[in-house]
Amino acid sequence: MIPLQVVVLALVGLGAGVVVATRDPIRQTLVGGLYGLLLAALFVVFQAPDVALSELVVSSVAFPFILFAALAKLRKGQPK
Amino acid sequence: MTVRTRLVLFAVSGAGLGALLLWGLAGLPDFGHFAGEYGRLLNSAAARERHVTNVVAAITFDYRGFDTLGEEFILFAAVMGVALLLREARDDRERPYDEVRSETVRLVGLSLVGPLVVVGLFIVAHGYLTPGGGFQGGIALAAAPALLYAAGRYRALRAASPTGLVDLAEGSGAGGYVVTGLAGLVAGSVFLENFVDLGKTGMLAAGGTIALVNWCSAFAVSAGAVLLFHEFLEEVMYPE
Repeated sequence: MIPLQVVVLALVGLGAGVVVATRDPIRQTLVGGLYGLLLAALFVVFQAPDVALSELVVSSVAFPFILFAALAKLRKGQPK
Repeated sequence: MTVRTRLVLFAVSGAGLGALLLWGLAGLPDFGHFAGEYGRLLNSAAARERHVTNVVAAITFDYRGFDTLGEEFILFAAVMGVALLLREARDDRERPYDEVRSETVRLVGLSLVGPLVVVGLFIVAHGYLTPGGGFQGGIALAAAPALLYAAGRYRALRAASPTGLVDLAEGSGAGGYVVTGLAGLVAGSVFLENFVDLGKTGMLAAGGTIALVNWCSAFAVSAGAVLLFHEFLEEVMYPE
């Protein structure tokens, strides 16, 4: 394993903890999206660029968009 | 359940799960020692047999094209399910006006829409030459209308992606994949047989049916994602 792979693996492990520790759903969606970027980097340094691209588009476009819409809907239903 | 019982339960099941994981990991081949003979075989054969340089695309859209067809229809069914649940039978409500107020967000966001479309088309078109393909490029393409909303206005998103066009792209993408497969059955001997001229390795006009089903899945995936955006946003944008 080259040092870069070790570093990115450690960051991915750390990032997972950060996502879980973020309690506010809106922040968590953003942090989760950024965590997806870390995963994409992980796939690149382990030579899986196709999977990295899939991870990138899902975690930075589709996933947060739908989560934000659902959160906005939930917020609308709540008394101010 | 008291906190104590929960902790005991966690300690027992956590230790058990950890032991199972370690046991499983210990049985894996050493790091860097790839044990998949099938992968090695395809790595050496795909470029020669299918005239494409991205072996992953040759696997997903040809050697294992039938699996990808299944995935395609999982997505299709999921999107149809959302549309069935959320779509209004007759939508004659006036679309709401809204606009992002920050000039900076509008300027930066909207100026990225064009490049996003180009990048998406690039990732799709070169899917069987370099990393990427119909799925990745399809979602990148769907990000363009999403950005029109996020950095502009809801009406821009709906104007850029009329429902009729999105439905057409979704259906013809999913259907085109099946038709290409059936054409392989007719022209050759098996479903999804690569019957089109394979072209010259390294060129865009290569790969035979790989190029066709790559674009089909790009249509289906991008339209599917846009459809999801539509349905979810409709839930948010209109007053109850």
